[in-house]
Amino acid sequence: MIFQVINMSFALPEIFMMVMACIVLLVSAFMGKDSSSVSYWLSQFTLLITAFIIYLSISGTGGITFYGSYIKDPLSDILKLSICIINIFVLSYSWYYLKVRNLFNGEYYALATFATLGMLIMVSSTHFITLYLGLELLSLCLYAMVAMKRKSAMATEAAMKYFILGALASGMLLYGMSIIYGATGSLSLASISTAIQIGHLDNTVLSFGLVFLTIGIGFKFGAVPFHMWLPDVYHGAPTAVTLFISTAPKIAAFSMIMRLFVDGLENLHQYWQGMLIVLSVLSMIIGNVVAIAQTNLKRMLAYSTISHVGFLLLGVLSGTNEGYAASMFYVLIYALTTSGSFGMIILMGRNGFEADNISDYKGMNERNPWFAFMMLILMFSMAGIPPMAGFYTKLMVIKSLISVDLILLAIIAVLMSVVGAFYYLRMIKVMYFENPIEQIKLQAPIDIRILFSSNALLVLLIGIFPSSLMTICITIFS
Amino acid sequence: MQHLIFYSFASILLFTSMMVIIVRNPVRAALCLVLSFFTSAAIWLFLEAEFLAITLVLVYVGAVMVLFLFVVMMLDIAETPLQEGFTRYFHVGIFVAFVITIEMIAVLGASHFGLGILPSPIEHPEGYSNTKALGRLLYTIYVYPFEISAVILTVAIVAAITLTLRKKKRKTQDPADQIKVCREDRIRIVKMSVASPQKDNEEVES
Repeated sequence: MIFQVINMSFALPEIFMMVMACIVLLVSAFMGKDSSSVSYWLSQFTLLITAFIIYLSISGTGGITFYGSYIKDPLSDILKLSICIINIFVLSYSWYYLKVRNLFNGEYYALATFATLGMLIMVSSTHFITLYLGLELLSLCLYAMVAMKRKSAMATEAAMKYFILGALASGMLLYGMSIIYGATGSLSLASISTAIQIGHLDNTVLSFGLVFLTIGIGFKFGAVPFHMWLPDVYHGAPTAVTLFISTAPKIAAFSMIMRLFVDGLENLHQYWQGMLIVLSVLSMIIGNVVAIAQTNLKRMLAYSTISHVGFLLLGVLSGTNEGYAASMFYVLIYALTTSGSFGMIILMGRNGFEADNISDYKGMNERNPWFAFMMLILMFSMAGIPPMAGFYTKLMVIKSLISVDLILLAIIAVLMSVVGAFYYLRMIKVMYFENPIEQIKLQAPIDIRILFSSNALLVLLIGIFPSSLMTICITIFS
Repeated sequence: MQHLIFYSFASILLFTSMMVIIVRNPVRAALCLVLSFFTSAAIWLFLEAEFLAITLVLVYVGAVMVLFLFVVMMLDIAETPLQEGFTRYFHVGIFVAFVITIEMIAVLGASHFGLGILPSPIEHPEGYSNTKALGRLLYTIYVYPFEISAVILTVAIVAAITLTLRKKKRKTQDPADQIKVCREDRIRIVKMSVASPQKDNEEVES
């Protein structure tokens, strides 16, 4: 057996994060009741330093280490950096939410840090086993976080659904991986790719495995017809946890599909393209149409997530570098916008009151014009109205579709985003043109207000100057 | 002979796995699971994976399932509600299972995985140790996944404790506090006037 020298320096962000996650855990275990603020600041510190480490290593050389299970490339660097930054936003919102309601102790932040670690592992894995373990680490933390509000029946039900369906999806994914392993004789994505390229492989077996991989990915993304868990989990979980689930894990899921389908199985593009078309068209139609009927904002955002997942898959299925870049841009903007939208729900709520009904936003403009305007930016961005960032993401995805002559799909996508615009605009109508039910002032402290405003303004800023982030996405895939 | 043993173990495995789901009594279901673990361990022995076979018996049958049986016996789980909807979705379930079985037969049969396509496994030399080979792989090539699984186990225990720990006020003794106690903490001496008709000076416990 040949021993290689493992280049540990590539994995510095993960190593640092793991050590710090253990420290957060120990601190919250020993400090007991009043540990939450210490572990909160400690986990924010961890995210910040990890982001800094990743930022410093961006210009460095990339490569594969740990005997072909770990990869450092531009894609992993940028995705990891954005996961850390998004999670800094998310944890700040969560902290306010949990502090006001006096929920959960330090364990929440320990689990959140471990979940972030899982995402980082997923993003830089080039091996079936590492990818799967990263995914499981992430999912286990999320199941626990959803279930943490033990007294709430809804949260328990949501956690149960999430756990069982998640376990089923993991089983599907593993089965697909084992079939692919049977066909190619390797678990490493790079060697699978070369094995397929050389040929002489049984395409029936490969596509059989691919079906199960697609189902697993569909479940994790929440694409129709594997979306059943998503609205219930979003609705049932405490808003802070919903916020956590709906943002950074989507970026990790994007990296999963890129690693599996593009790094590993790009030569089977003709097989997975068809499956992804079905998933994405169904997601766009069902997500957008069902969202119209929702009166609960969290449920509406859940269905809007499903439709966004459909859009995101469009870029991937085009199979070109342009399409991958479009999807990446899409998922980054999506995570930022969603973090703002759920941030608004957190900002509006107070102890004993969740502002998760659309009617709670009636007359927001009279109560607080500035935050109504911020929400307007976020909703416009979700609907894809220029000059918000959401417009350019949709534009890029549709452009990549047209360049590979999938005109019909592009038309469906445009039509469905018009349908989607309805319920985002209804939200704006409720805020600006209806009379407020209650006159209670917003109670949120100044720091959370600044955070929310900067989040929304960032969406606007990227919308006005989209080229820098776009260029980063495009250069990664060229 | 080998074929005979393999097929008998395989059919027992399939039968018991079916029973795990079908049987109404949870204790019986758990026992069926034990048997299915045991038979799959036997099948692993055929594949010359002794270490995995022994671990399966020791860890799953010996530890996990015994614990599980205890839990099932202690909790009084009602039998009927678990079967709710079983008959309603039976037809759909049978249909889906049928389709999947056909597909699996079509793909996983000898035409795709037969000896003509895949090379037969290499005979191991005398004195080959499965355990040693596994250990060598785990701590070298698979060291990164190995570490990640350690983190997953940590998260699992954290999650389990978070979800089940009830915060009760426990009555515990603190020897240090007990020793530090002095007379003044417990006894208050009250001076009363002698003129009072009924009472004398007395010690009142606080």
